[in-house]
Amino acid sequence: MATADKVLVYDRIKGVKQIPLEEFYTSGHRTCQGCESATVMRQFIKAAGPRTVVAGSTGCMYVANTSYMTTPWIVPWMHTQLGAGGSSAVGMAAGLRALMRKNRIPQEKINVISFCGDLGGGDMGLSGISGALQTDYDLLIIMYDNESAANTDIQATGLTTWGAQTTFSPVGKVERIMHRRWKKNVAAMLAVGHPNCRYVATACATYPPVDFLNKVRKALSIGGPTFIHTYDPCPKGWDFHPRYSHELGELGVRSGLLPLYEIIDGQVVYTYDARKTGKGRIPVREYLTKQGRFAHLTEEDIAYIQRMVDEMWDEWEVPGVAPFRGTLKVSA
Amino acid sequence: MAVAQPVGVYEREDLLTGCQAVAEGIRLANVDVISAYPIRPYTEVMDAISKIIADGKLVAEYIVADSEHSQFEIVKHAASVGARAFAGSSGTGWMYGFEALVVTATDRLPVLFLVGNRALDDPGAFGVEHNDALAIRDMGWLLCWVATAQEALEHVLLGYRIAEDKRVMMPMALAMDGAFLTHSQHIVRIPSQEAVNRFLPPFDLAERRLHPDNPVSIAPQVNEDWVMEIRRQNWEAARRARGVIVQAYEEFNQVFGERYKPPYYFEEFMTDDAEVVLIGMGTVAMPARTAVRRLREQGHRVGYVNLRWFRPFPSVELRESLRRFKAVGVVDRDFAHGSPDDGGVLLHEIRSCLYPARERPAVVNFITGLGGRDVSIQDAIRMFEITQEAARKERLDGFVTWVGVRE
Repeated sequence: MATADKVLVYDRIKGVKQIPLEEFYTSGHRTCQGCESATVMRQFIKAAGPRTVVAGSTGCMYVANTSYMTTPWIVPWMHTQLGAGGSSAVGMAAGLRALMRKNRIPQEKINVISFCGDLGGGDMGLSGISGALQTDYDLLIIMYDNESAANTDIQATGLTTWGAQTTFSPVGKVERIMHRRWKKNVAAMLAVGHPNCRYVATACATYPPVDFLNKVRKALSIGGPTFIHTYDPCPKGWDFHPRYSHELGELGVRSGLLPLYEIIDGQVVYTYDARKTGKGRIPVREYLTKQGRFAHLTEEDIAYIQRMVDEMWDEWEVPGVAPFRGTLKVSA
Repeated sequence: MAVAQPVGVYEREDLLTGCQAVAEGIRLANVDVISAYPIRPYTEVMDAISKIIADGKLVAEYIVADSEHSQFEIVKHAASVGARAFAGSSGTGWMYGFEALVVTATDRLPVLFLVGNRALDDPGAFGVEHNDALAIRDMGWLLCWVATAQEALEHVLLGYRIAEDKRVMMPMALAMDGAFLTHSQHIVRIPSQEAVNRFLPPFDLAERRLHPDNPVSIAPQVNEDWVMEIRRQNWEAARRARGVIVQAYEEFNQVFGERYKPPYYFEEFMTDDAEVVLIGMGTVAMPARTAVRRLREQGHRVGYVNLRWFRPFPSVELRESLRRFKAVGVVDRDFAHGSPDDGGVLLHEIRSCLYPARERPAVVNFITGLGGRDVSIQDAIRMFEITQEAARKERLDGFVTWVGVRE
C-alpha cells in the first residue's frame, strides 16, 4: 500500500463513510440477489464519477443489467461484443482524443472504462485486451470474474476453479470431474507481457472494504492502459445462499485461492498477503465446502487444490502472481 | 467520362493505385480514427495512409490492431463517440471480423470500410472474388463496387456523404477488385480540400453521440419486445438511402462537374440500340467493354452494364433498363453453391429484380474470374455469344456457364 500511495496521486477513499453517495449505476437492472458483479458495476462507476464513458461486453452484466428502456446507467454506456473488451476501450479513447486534437469537443479528462466477463475477457477477448494494453490511450479494462458464462447458463470458462460443476462440466456416472483446467492467471499474464501498462490489479468488490474503489481510482489516475480483474462470488452459479456473497469473497481471498495484489510499474504490492510470513491463509476447504458446485469433490480433490495453492504461495518466484521458480544461473 | 470540369476543384494529378487513391480520399475526408491490420490486397491502403499521417498531411488516430475483429470494433466505437472512422480488409480477414461488421450496421454507425476483394481460403488465393464483400449484403450495409482509381477516391467522399446522412446512418463498404484495381496504377485527379469541404459536411452523430454531456445507453438488450421495430427502422433507412444516393451524386456533380450520369447506381456502355448486354461488377468492365467494341465492329448490337451499387440494390432503375434487351448475361465473380439453379449471387439479384416486369429478357449466368483468374477479351466475347444464343432460344436450359475453367 505504501508504494502505491507514493507513486500515485489520487483521491483516496479512506473508509466506508467516505464512499461517495452519488450513484451512477442505479435501479433498472435485473441482476440476481447477492450478485457481486453488480456490486463491481456500482463501485467502479462510483469511484470513476460522471465524466466517464463505459462500454460493456456481452455477458450477464449486459443481459441482466441493461434491458431496453430501463437502463441503470447514469453515465453514457454502450454494448460491445463478447471479445471486444479491449478494442471497444481503444475505439472510444481514440475517438475522443481525435476529436479533442481537432477541437471538435472541449479538452478535458474523460475516463474510458470497458468491462467484460471472464469468458469474454479471459478467454475470447485476450488478444484484444493485449492490443489495448500496448496503446498509449488512457483506459481501464475491468474483467469481472464470476467463473462462468453466468448469463448463458453457468458454463465453464478458462477461469472456473478446477473441479467445479457447471452446465458444461456436470458430475456423471463415470466422470466425477469434467472441468480439469486450472484457473487462468489473467492479471499477472497481462502485467508480464505489457510493459506499457503501468497498473494491473486483482480485487474483490467487498473485501477488503473500499479496496476496489481505490484500485479503480489508482488505475484511472496513473494514465495509459490499465487492467483490473475482480473476483465475484455468484450465488446462482456457485450454488450458495445470496446472503453469503461477501463472505465467500473474503474466504476465497484468505484461502489464497484468489490472490489480491497490484502491480504498479512492475512492483508487486499485496493487498492480502497469503504467505505464511504474511497474514497467512485459511484452508481452501473452508471456501470450497460452502459452495454446491464443489459438493462432489472428494478429500483427495480438496487436497489437490490445497497443494496447488500451497505451491503458488510457497514456491513461486513471485508468490501468488508469477508461476516461476529458481534463479538465473550463468552456465560455465 | 467527365464532360465539364469547374476550374480549381482539383489540386493535382498523380499516378496512383486504387488503394493509394482511397488513401487520398481518406486524407481529404479528414478522417479522425483509422485502424489497420494487414491482409492482402486491401492492406496497401493502410501503407499509404500511415505515410500520409507520418508526413503530417492528416491529423488522425492511427491504431494497428491485434486482429480484424479488434480493428473493426475500434472504428465502430470511435464512431460511437462521434469520430469519422475508416478500416478495411480482404477475404478471410473480412470474415474474421464479421461479428463486428454485423453490429456496426445494427448500431447504425456510418463508418467506411474498404474491401479489397479476395478469394476466401481454403486453399489460399490472393486474387479477386466478390464473396467476401457480398457476405454483408443482408446486414444493413451500403455496398458499392468501383472500377477505376478515380472512382475509388471519389466514392470515399460520396461514401461518407451518403452513410453519414441523417436519413441513412448506415456503414459503407467500398469494394474494389483485388490486384486488378487495388494495385494497378491510374492517372488520378485529386480534388482540392476546398472543393471537398464544399461537398462533404463534417460528421455529426448528434443525439446518439457517446459523451458525458450526452449520457445515453446504446444497444441494450431488447429481445422480442423491440427487435422487430428496430429491424424495421434499419429497413426504412436502407430504403431512404436510395434517394440520398441520387442526391449525393447530384451534389457531387455540382461541385466537380458532370462526373456521374443518372441513374448513378450503374453505368451503361453502348446500350442504346443493344439487343444483348452483359452486366457485371468491378474491373470485369474492362475486357467486357473491349469485347463490345470489337463485336460492334462486326455488326453485333451488344452493350455492357457496369453495376456500381449492390446495396441498396437499384431494382426499379435496373428493371427499367434491362427490360429493353432481348437477353442479359450476368457475370458473377463469385459463387453461391447450392443456390437456385446453382448460379452466382448477382444472378439471383438480377432475376429477382426483373421478375415483376411483364416483358422480361432471357437471363443467363456466367461464373468466371474466380480467385483472380484473368477474364480475357476472348472470354467476354464468348459470354456475349452465349447470351446472343439465349436471346434466340425458346427455352433456357443449362444457362449457368463457367467461363475460363479447366473441365
